[in-house]
Amino acid sequence: MAFITANWNPLGEAFYRKIELYEMGWSLRDGLKECLVAAAPYGGPIENHLHNLKKLTLLQNIYNLQRWKSGPVRQLGWTVCDDLLCIQEDGTVLIYDLFGAFKRHFSMGNEVVQNQVLEAKVFHSPYGTGVAIVTGASRFTLATNIDDLKLRRLPEVPGLQGAPSCWAVLTQDRQTKVLLANRADLYILDNTSCTPVTPPGLSLQSCSIVNMAVSFSYKYLALFTDSGHLWMGSANLKDKLSEVDTKVRTPPKQMVWCRRPKSQQPSVVIMWDRLLLVAGECTDTIQYTLDEESVCVAELDGVRIVGGSRHELLQEVPSACQDIFKIASMAPGALLLEAHKEYEKSSQKADEYLREIKEQSVLGEAVRQCVEAAGYEHEPETQKTLLRAASFGKCFLSNYPPEPFVSMCRDLKVLNSVREYTVGIPLTHTQYKQMTVQVLIDRLVYRKLYPLAIEICRYLKTPEYQGVSRVLKHWACCKVQQKEEPDESIAHAVSVKLGEAAGISYSEIAARAYECGRTELAIKLLEFEPRSGEQVPLLLKMKRSQLALSKAIESGDTDLVYTVVTYLKNEMNRGDFFMTLRNQPVALSLYRQFCKHQEQDTLKDLFNQDDDHQELGNFYVKASYKEKKLEARLSLLQSAVDEYNKAKNEFAAKATEEEMKLLRFQRRLDEEMGEALLGLSLQETLHALLTSNFHKQAEQLYRDFRVPDKRYWWLKLTALAEKDDWEEMEKFAKSKKSPIGYLPFVEVCVKQHNKYEAKKYVSKVTPEQKVKAHLAIGDLEGAAEAAIERRSEGEISTVLSRCSPTTDRALLERLNRARSTAAKK
Amino acid sequence: MSAHLSYGRVNLNILREAARKELREFLDKCAGSKAIVWDEYLTGPFGLIAQYSLLKEHEVEKMFTLKGGRLPAADVKNIIFFVRPRLELMDIIAENVISEDKMHSPRDFHILFVPRRSMLCEQRLKEQGVLGSFINIDEYILDLIPYDGDLLSMESEGAFRECYLESDQTSLYHTAKGLMTLQALYGTIPQIFGKGECARHVANMMLRMKREFAGSQTQILPVFDSLLLLDRNIDLLTPLATQLTYEGLIDEVYGITNGYAKLPPEKFAAQKKQGEVGKDLPTEPKKMQLNSAEELYAEIRDKNFNAIGAALSKKAKIISAAFEERHNAKTVGEIKQFVSQLPHMQAARSSLANHTSIAELIKDITSEKNSLYSFSFHVQLTTLHSSFIYLFYLYLTRQVTSEAFFDNLTVEQEFMTGVDTDKVNTYIEDCIAQKDPLIKILRLVCMQSVCNNGLKQKILDYYKREILQTYGYEHMLTLNNLEKTGLLKPQTSTRNNYPTIRKTLKLWMEDANEQNPNDISYVYSGYAPLSIRLTQVLARPGWRSIEEVLKMLPGPHFEERQQLPAGLHKKRQQGENRTTLVFFLGGVTYAEVAALRFLSQMEDGGTEYIIATTKLINGTSWIKSLMDRPEAP
Repeated sequence: MAFITANWNPLGEAFYRKIELYEMGWSLRDGLKECLVAAAPYGGPIENHLHNLKKLTLLQNIYNLQRWKSGPVRQLGWTVCDDLLCIQEDGTVLIYDLFGAFKRHFSMGNEVVQNQVLEAKVFHSPYGTGVAIVTGASRFTLATNIDDLKLRRLPEVPGLQGAPSCWAVLTQDRQTKVLLANRADLYILDNTSCTPVTPPGLSLQSCSIVNMAVSFSYKYLALFTDSGHLWMGSANLKDKLSEVDTKVRTPPKQMVWCRRPKSQQPSVVIMWDRLLLVAGECTDTIQYTLDEESVCVAELDGVRIVGGSRHELLQEVPSACQDIFKIASMAPGALLLEAHKEYEKSSQKADEYLREIKEQSVLGEAVRQCVEAAGYEHEPETQKTLLRAASFGKCFLSNYPPEPFVSMCRDLKVLNSVREYTVGIPLTHTQYKQMTVQVLIDRLVYRKLYPLAIEICRYLKTPEYQGVSRVLKHWACCKVQQKEEPDESIAHAVSVKLGEAAGISYSEIAARAYECGRTELAIKLLEFEPRSGEQVPLLLKMKRSQLALSKAIESGDTDLVYTVVTYLKNEMNRGDFFMTLRNQPVALSLYRQFCKHQEQDTLKDLFNQDDDHQELGNFYVKASYKEKKLEARLSLLQSAVDEYNKAKNEFAAKATEEEMKLLRFQRRLDEEMGEALLGLSLQETLHALLTSNFHKQAEQLYRDFRVPDKRYWWLKLTALAEKDDWEEMEKFAKSKKSPIGYLPFVEVCVKQHNKYEAKKYVSKVTPEQKVKAHLAIGDLEGAAEAAIERRSEGEISTVLSRCSPTTDRALLERLNRARSTAAKK
Repeated sequence: MSAHLSYGRVNLNILREAARKELREFLDKCAGSKAIVWDEYLTGPFGLIAQYSLLKEHEVEKMFTLKGGRLPAADVKNIIFFVRPRLELMDIIAENVISEDKMHSPRDFHILFVPRRSMLCEQRLKEQGVLGSFINIDEYILDLIPYDGDLLSMESEGAFRECYLESDQTSLYHTAKGLMTLQALYGTIPQIFGKGECARHVANMMLRMKREFAGSQTQILPVFDSLLLLDRNIDLLTPLATQLTYEGLIDEVYGITNGYAKLPPEKFAAQKKQGEVGKDLPTEPKKMQLNSAEELYAEIRDKNFNAIGAALSKKAKIISAAFEERHNAKTVGEIKQFVSQLPHMQAARSSLANHTSIAELIKDITSEKNSLYSFSFHVQLTTLHSSFIYLFYLYLTRQVTSEAFFDNLTVEQEFMTGVDTDKVNTYIEDCIAQKDPLIKILRLVCMQSVCNNGLKQKILDYYKREILQTYGYEHMLTLNNLEKTGLLKPQTSTRNNYPTIRKTLKLWMEDANEQNPNDISYVYSGYAPLSIRLTQVLARPGWRSIEEVLKMLPGPHFEERQQLPAGLHKKRQQGENRTTLVFFLGGVTYAEVAALRFLSQMEDGGTEYIIATTKLINGTSWIKSLMDRPEAP
């Protein structure tokens, strides 16, 4: 195991190590000389490099063949979605995907076209990928998020001519700023102002700043002066961490921070043509010679160095690894590893080591260290050794939670598979945890490594709709772009592979197909979409409105149906529109509802088209009530009569005719007698006439409208009672035999509080109603008499219940006696 | 406030809490002080979810009712519109926004659509040029509202009219969505049964939505064993009949909206302080919340009204006895215990007083008045001492129902038993002649038509003509609506199948026991609601036994199974009851709810029911929703 520390270099308290990740497989004639290289952080990048290389060559090819129509490229950079940004001299930014296919472009402003871009930087922030440029006029322009492009031109920097000596983009307090150095002067440039600043503890009089670097987290800043001094401090320029004299006075080619979370010391990696230097808090430095042109890439937990033939990772050795592997370390982890080694050799020393750990009761800690250290190691063999030791240690522990061990094994399996040179994503465990599985899956998907992505999802048991389904969707989106394959076979392939996978959005795939101009394929794919609601907007976009309508109806979402209907209404001529609706009853009835509230006239047209005479009749009836003028009202009612006749609704036609007759009659009376009858119902009209003593007219209406006798008698009776016209009532009662009997006479009189009149009619009441009649006028004796006479138990009880036990004692007794005899029968 | 929701077989408070959480989240989205502009229709249903205090906690300072013109002044940062997605409301909102004073400190506008946002409405706002003025446009998915411990309602008044008259299935879509929400919280319901066109439509949508949500399935052990979807139009008869349970009668007489009944104040006057009787009689109607949170109400709500008197007096005795306990309390410990029970006893006493008043009010309407006893009854009420007088009063009045109420009931029962349903009914004729309320007439005529499977053309025309002549020609449209929904119809050549249905399903029970019921028919004193019989038969012995009758009722009947995720199959304990959710599409009456509760409590029933509906209805509110009145100029 000794060799593990072979590439360790001490710097102050900490060690640094440089691990070779890959041998580069690209064949560049001149190495990286004269090349613009861009690499993105989170390991993804290096692999990027491989492709990147392809792309670079691709770009070079384009460049060489002079098919490169626009100006020269100033800067390359990667977006968070693994797209390549090419910033050209004229401020145009071109976006390519991982495979070199052009996606889109945007411009950094008109001003740039004249002044040219001098320098540009691509940066990442919580808002996404941003681009910053400085123009020939020494002005800075920023775009914080290229997906939501908002250009911000920063204020002028006093005294700046041409490009600044060096500059960097900072994100602080949710604001993106530019930090720049113009020889000895340092400025912070934000949206509104340009503020001169001085880093604490750096004497600037004597020297100018030639390079600067901002840490991955935007928390730290490093400045390099032409006197060879390196100043390190916080990015807010409040604290100084250290200052180191590198004794090299040439301006470095590149300078990047090399930190890791929970780092023991901050350090910066500085690169010259042939020299790589690591400087930290102490005065010592580590120096590496470089034998080829290289590029440094800052990472969350180290620096990657990409050269023409090699790709390496430089990082501070994590403390867990230090504890275990440092020579002569007595840390619990180191002892456990040793114990396991002896155990494998079947040596009793294993027990001695174990005993030692257990005596200090640090076995748990030892296991934890081994597991953690395994995560930091790149060599699968070393990982295995550490994990085996951990698992060995676990055997002697009870209640040690298994999760950390298990999840580390899983993570490592995933990491090793993506580190594989064919995939080429040299992620560290720290980076992996920071960027999450989701993002890793995305990255694999961008690289079209679908099978691996699916394997990982399955292995990690990611919920289907977040994992496998998502990958499959991307695969399908890619598949539909294969121009050479026919629609049929693509649709088939997609449906076979995606099958019933949960949560697949076929509409998204279809939308992609449509974007590529494959409408037919899109329609075929939409057929697989289980959510009808999702199908509708795309179908409308593709002008398949009929299909959209039936899908909307299928979904049951009436709002969606309305949306399509409104769309159709604007798209089609009226005739076609109505015909379409006619074939879709659900849509038609919804549209009718809409018209009922919003467009009355259209409603009529709809009924007309359908020959729905009944509804047309109703429509006219409703309309008639809106008319103030009687003539207009009558003519609408006449239309209603016609429609009802067409609908063979005799009753409605006749009733409407009668209403017209009534209206005319009411108008005549209103004119002649000054009554206000118009609009009253027949019953109300009669009542009004009777109470106003227009008996003749009432009589006429009664005959004309064939009012049933019963109702007319009731009507007249109540009208007379209300007027207290008792004389007329008596006459009326005697005019002929009452069709409603005489109980109503009694009741109506009682209602008008005229018991005297009521009594007159009690005798005329039929025997069945006698009891009721007597009770109505409060004649208990009479009621009792009648009830007993009829020997009806029920009636006797009714009377009984009305008797008060105190006042009607005699009656009570009599009734009770009668009831018992009635009951006997 | 909501504890009563969690006592039932299924804890419906989970649903309420989910709804409250969502509301809070939305309110917090609009940072700063706020004013809510209410679509008036929504305030009732919202009251069942959250009180003003919740809104206040989230900086709601003012509330307005949505109306045209300019918004009232309010010094708040946010104006939030709580609205249903209706075009006419969008126009009002647009008017509000446009007339907002631009010079004044700007206020942020938000819209919360209930229950669902609508593209159509947003389009309208866009046309009006105000869509851009809204910071947040959101939806508040409020489909099923917990109404009581075993009752969910969508509080959607127009559902029946929309579905059966206007073929607008929007409310069915909301129903399906609501059931999906329910399943997300209470697990997938493994079995779905249904009867009727709308039921079929809802089930189809549910199955489709389940496919759509595939993959995001919740791993919850199913709480419900089955779902029964019932169309209202398979049982048009039940809501037409007068409900005879206590709660049903309160609804018939005073109406219960969103769980509240407004009662005439007179009877409640004496309660507050005994000394001040008659001093200041309240004139505002008394608003009472009626739900199972009130112990006494939960006990008596579902009893037949004729059993209420006994129940109340029994309760009165118990309470009196409890108060008498104080004389027996000798030791400090006993006194302490007595005092600790006082609040509960006092609550019980005031609850008893309230319900005695309500019972008396209803009796005034259903029975003949007798001022003497009413008086002595009142004395009893205030002092709660001599409850036997009250008993006496009830004994007397029990038999003597008021004539009008009694006659009406007699005719209803004649129709339900199939007596003379093919002739013009003299009682209806007389009622028309005396111009009784139109809705009463319509209820009776419709009932006759339903019980006769349609009326002879001549009879139908006669009734219609009588109605038009008496109440006015404008009711032509209403009559047309009733015919369209099948409530009124001319008899076609097919024979009247109502008697067959009645006999097979035992819809009429001669010997209904109102005091100690042994069958659901007690809720209508003899008539067993068809809808509930179907539910009962489904549980045992199953619908296969009544295929013939099912065919006579409109719409298909069906059974669907929903696949459960592995491991979620419920293992039923021996003797454990099944839980069935019965969903009434188009409304349910309180009497039907009572009948289902009765079935749940049956010892050998084997099934417990949770009830859901689009709206709680009664014959009057139902017919009213179907009426069309042309607007006068």
